[in-house]
Amino acid sequence: MVGSVIKIGMADLSAARDPSVLITLGLGSCVGICLYDPINKIIGMAHVMLPSSADIKNNGNKAKFADTAINVLIEHMSDLGANRSRLTAKIAGGAQMFSFKSANDLMRIGERNVEAVKRELEKHSIPVIAEDVGGNYGRSIEFDSANGELRIKTIGHGKKTI
Amino acid sequence: MTINYENLNSIQLDVLKELGNIGAGNAVTALSKMINKRVNMDVPRVEICEFKEVPEILGGAETPVAGIYFRVNGDITGNMMFILPINSAKVLLDMLMGPFRHGDDFTEMDISAMEEIGNILAGAYVSSLSGLTGMRLAISVPALAVDMAGAVLSVPVIQYGHMGDSVMLIETHFFEGDQSVKGNFFLIPDADSFEKLLKRLGVA
Repeated sequence: MVGSVIKIGMADLSAARDPSVLITLGLGSCVGICLYDPINKIIGMAHVMLPSSADIKNNGNKAKFADTAINVLIEHMSDLGANRSRLTAKIAGGAQMFSFKSANDLMRIGERNVEAVKRELEKHSIPVIAEDVGGNYGRSIEFDSANGELRIKTIGHGKKTI
Repeated sequence: MTINYENLNSIQLDVLKELGNIGAGNAVTALSKMINKRVNMDVPRVEICEFKEVPEILGGAETPVAGIYFRVNGDITGNMMFILPINSAKVLLDMLMGPFRHGDDFTEMDISAMEEIGNILAGAYVSSLSGLTGMRLAISVPALAVDMAGAVLSVPVIQYGHMGDSVMLIETHFFEGDQSVKGNFFLIPDADSFEKLLKRLGVA
């Protein structure tokens, strides 16, 4: 059976029932958060840009921030019948695309995004079972509801499945 | 209120667009001097667009691009990026290095040439901005990334993400002989500098 393919843009999120594939193209310093309920085969993906909504005034888009996106994503997955206590996470992205000699905080945004995502997942007691983060290159990711596989493509840094 | 591209009025937008026009024009003039050839350009397209649409403008999130990134310091602070499709980057390198360039891969030499091109284009852009506003501005050493459009763009977009959901994009299209190059500038003032910039332009 051919499932639906749902494309997740920047600062965007979505959940889906099996059979579905969620994809995000060209992740850079952003982080792709992939949650999976392996029994009900419900998947969810969020493409977050920033660690925290707390110190940002214009924070209406919840999918943009690690601290708010995960909440919303879990809600969407529960609505489709996912069991929160069974969720596992795979994460990808958080690269540092440009290297400057004077490494300021803005340049370390990838790393800070990854830290924030892990902290939030921990709060929800969702274990990170696999990750492909950091480096200085972009990633395209595909998350499959059939088996929870996360396929990662890059330019010049190979392909992998986690 | 935080100023961002979504809540600018039409006069402010026009002034910023014109600034983009003039800056891009100066940058192309600088390029023409550097390669010592006549370079023609179309009127730049200046647009405010949502983050989501930005990769599409460059041909999709997975399209390989070259991005050259700078920090702007001085009376206002912010970041600047010049980004172009990989084919345009190669055309630009051919223009600059002529017969000395070989092959399809980016060599060390190409990378440093690319950074230098970015330096000259961004320098010309920023100096026109400085001339128009009377502000003192300087750009940092450039950093280059060659990768998927979405990934390269994530950097300016994240910086912009502190303020809103849209960016200003200045698309320039220039020609030398029968070769054409498409490039995009992003000027991303830091949050507190945006207001200052508009004040200096007399449209705050």
